[in-house]
Amino acid sequence: MASTTPKVLTVENMNPHIREMEYAVRGRLAIRAEELRDELAQGATNLPFNKVVSCNIGNPQQLNQKPITFFRQVVSLCENPDLLEPEKESLVSQLYPIDAIQRARQILKDIGASIGAYSHSQGVPALRKSVANFIAERDGYPADPNSLYLTQGASAGVQNILSILTQNEKTGILIPIPQYPLYSATLTLLGATPVPYYLDEESGWSLDVEEIRKTVHEARSKGTDVRALVIINPGNPTGQCLEASNMQDILTFCHEERLLLMADEVYQTNIYEPEQRPFVSFKKALMEHPQRDTIELVSFHSISKGMIGECGRRGGYFECCNLDKGVTEQLYKMASVSLCPNVSGQIMTALMVTPPKQGDPSYELYQKEMTGLYESLRRRSKKLEAVFNAMEGVTCQPAMGSMYLFPRIRLPEKALAKAAELNQKPDAFYCDQMLEATGVCVVPGSGFAQKDGTWHFRSTFLPEESLFDEFCGHLKDFHANFMAKYK
Amino acid sequence: MFHNIYRTTSLTTRQSNLYYRTLRAASTSTTKGKVLTTARINPHIRNAEYAVRGALPIRAEALNKQLQNDKSLGFDRVVFCNIGNPQQLNQKPITFFRQVASLCDNPELLKPEHRDDLLKLYPQDAIDRAELLLKHIGSVGAYSHSQGIPHIRENIAKFLERRDGYPANPDHIYLTQGASAGVQTVLQMLTENEKSGIMIPIPQYPLYSATLSLINATPVPYYLKEDQDWGLSVEDLKKSVDEARAKDVDVRALAIINPGNPTGQCLTEENIRQIIDFCQKENLVLLADEVYQTNIYKPHQRPFHSFKKVLRSMGNDYNNVELFSFHSTSKGMIGECGRRGGYLECVNIDEDVLAQLYKVASISLCPNVHGQIMTDLMTNPPVEGDASYEQYNKETKGIFESLQRRATKLASCFNGLENVTCNDAEGAMYLFPRVRLPNKAIKAAKDAGIATDAFYALKMLEATGVCVIPGSGFGQEDNTWHFRSTFLPEEHLFDQFCSNIEKFHKDFMTEYRD
Repeated sequence: MASTTPKVLTVENMNPHIREMEYAVRGRLAIRAEELRDELAQGATNLPFNKVVSCNIGNPQQLNQKPITFFRQVVSLCENPDLLEPEKESLVSQLYPIDAIQRARQILKDIGASIGAYSHSQGVPALRKSVANFIAERDGYPADPNSLYLTQGASAGVQNILSILTQNEKTGILIPIPQYPLYSATLTLLGATPVPYYLDEESGWSLDVEEIRKTVHEARSKGTDVRALVIINPGNPTGQCLEASNMQDILTFCHEERLLLMADEVYQTNIYEPEQRPFVSFKKALMEHPQRDTIELVSFHSISKGMIGECGRRGGYFECCNLDKGVTEQLYKMASVSLCPNVSGQIMTALMVTPPKQGDPSYELYQKEMTGLYESLRRRSKKLEAVFNAMEGVTCQPAMGSMYLFPRIRLPEKALAKAAELNQKPDAFYCDQMLEATGVCVVPGSGFAQKDGTWHFRSTFLPEESLFDEFCGHLKDFHANFMAKYK
Repeated sequence: MFHNIYRTTSLTTRQSNLYYRTLRAASTSTTKGKVLTTARINPHIRNAEYAVRGALPIRAEALNKQLQNDKSLGFDRVVFCNIGNPQQLNQKPITFFRQVASLCDNPELLKPEHRDDLLKLYPQDAIDRAELLLKHIGSVGAYSHSQGIPHIRENIAKFLERRDGYPANPDHIYLTQGASAGVQTVLQMLTENEKSGIMIPIPQYPLYSATLSLINATPVPYYLKEDQDWGLSVEDLKKSVDEARAKDVDVRALAIINPGNPTGQCLTEENIRQIIDFCQKENLVLLADEVYQTNIYKPHQRPFHSFKKVLRSMGNDYNNVELFSFHSTSKGMIGECGRRGGYLECVNIDEDVLAQLYKVASISLCPNVHGQIMTDLMTNPPVEGDASYEQYNKETKGIFESLQRRATKLASCFNGLENVTCNDAEGAMYLFPRVRLPNKAIKAAKDAGIATDAFYALKMLEATGVCVIPGSGFGQEDNTWHFRSTFLPEEHLFDQFCSNIEKFHKDFMTEYRD
């Protein structure tokens, strides 16, 4: 029978890098969580919980975080320019504030054509100009729109840069441990060599430049062509924010060790200790460094995080500093094969960086929404941190930034034995049990990598505030039961 | 190792990269002391070429900018015929689709207190559709399922069933950021090592050649026959695959673009059957790029047949043939290129491979939700009885007939040029005329260090502002020259557009006559 002949394309003969790579954020546990969600949707009553809470991924609007009104009004008008016709003005102005209408008109004028047309492969020039202006205002130093690439989320930009950096399998890229597994997965896919450097949990996940230097020298002595350093600031999953002086040391280090710096700054507005640890961009730090014209830097930002949480729109950008002109031409070529980033994402990126200003009709509402979201994130982060720190055997560093907590769990022997029996890592076992008992889906620390012999998990603090105490209660109960069971 | 599939003196990679550099702003050497230099970057990126946004369009952009201040160029506008980007040339979007998308972005409008005002601006069916979509999506700002929103995949499956008469499985459908992203993922999956061979048509849309370069796979070319309406024979396919396998290439897939790009031919059902049979015999996975499936200009002689439909119609004996089919929101009559929407359907693909495909999709989290919504709308437009049906029908019919007229007009214009022949466009959005250039022109091109057809296209751009793409960007038979032009310029400017090209060609032939 034809249907039993062996397949041409199998897991054995497919791309081995794809086979090898892992991305735990939407891995096995998240897949199981979706199965449970489907079961509940079909009316299952035999589960010990009545909803699945996805804390595995920074996806605020899935947990009912409201989008920013002004931004949605503008993109809605850009989608349907018929609304901007003069004869509709009186009707439309009942439904939309005047500044949203004006902004949409300006954007469409800047785009020139429709939002349905492929744009410039780097992104619409006028929208890049908005981003450049934002960067200049944020840092106090100018930015060149031609050095900007709008991207489909920061992820797409990160993948392009890692790809262009990878000359062969000896190419080494320094990545933090723990790290957001986009990096490890992409390096596997490219056949490049990850060169891990460890963040120190006890000192708030700090980064020691001399330790990294040792790591670099060791890797190079083994023949690895270490050429770039990835820093996630604020950190993911770890949430730490770098100090300005630390950043100067890092830049000096990159210069001395001849490393290109990749600065993943997508959480730059999720800053919860703004007085002690404000956000400083690496671009700004670079401009204040003696080697400002030399050190090669690529910085990434996104519309998925912050307070706006427009994940599904896939928008973001990266800025190149001091890159070789020939290399940027190749970057352009890479971008051109995919034609352009989606225009709606580009528009949202420009809006994110040019929000309503004081005096604008939408300013008050914008401020109210942003402040409300910010303070709620801050409250939830503190609450969940306290809950984790109160759990037996659990310690949790505070989140200075981002959307996650990364508590360390110390499991009793019996639990470790049970995990081994099931051929699971202890933190995966713990997270499995948590999901099946509470419906809460987190990601085991092994998905991010961690110091040998330690176990963690990453949870967002995004569940709605009105349900947060209940959510915390479930976690507390689960943990107490788990520890009792495996004492 | 770059396998030069273009057996012509095309623009070499080094020349092309040099050309990029000279065309962009002149710069002092910035290489000195850099960590990352072109010598040290990913060599596959260095080797890849994508002419559609390559040297010619880069030059066209520069001229476009120049026109803002300089009125001495001999033309008053640049006409971008290098890329199938209808809305850039003022093709209007489909009203209903934009209405729904607009409501999905701003669900506040759907609140009861706004309903009276809303109904003055939006038809009921657009409101209903937006509400239905949002019910299944939640917020358009949230990451969706990595394969795409389940409800939309179900709708696409239903569309496929209506189109083909055979069921489709929503779990085997992946929404993608344009068809391009889907093609790249599948090609990457297929590539085990540098010996992995993928058959691609010559001429082809250079997404394929560029991607094979990037992933370091081996392109295995098969030639379309220009004098047979760009026909494809199984004998030619067999010859290609045998030759490659004799050289130890692990040929594992066949990519077909139907309707063709740049060539515009539509395969007959019989031809498709032969190809499917060939793939079964030769153990090849089929990649069917069908993004132009609604751009069909001879629907009676050459209707569109999907590979999926024909495969299923061939019965159980063929239910082991592995097929990936691709579609997009960028083409057809809707032209929503900038939205980056599309899908791929997996047919008879190994379950474990599908799990790996899911994993790849999950790293990029999800395709953008608006692209997914547009894909839903494209495959499930208003139907008879719906409030928006008449307008939808009028708009798509209008665009279709206009495309048909322009295809014919431009083909006729090209065929009227001295030493130029041009096959009709049975489908897609392009014409791919063959130009036979005099030796003087060939020599001038050589002296300038660029391919002959690139030389001709560059001259056309500088004389008329019309940007086309040299045939060498797509691959062609040795010693032939072509260029690809869309027929998308606005209809009311079309006659002027044609006469500008006619004048240019006449002047060119006069100047370079032997």
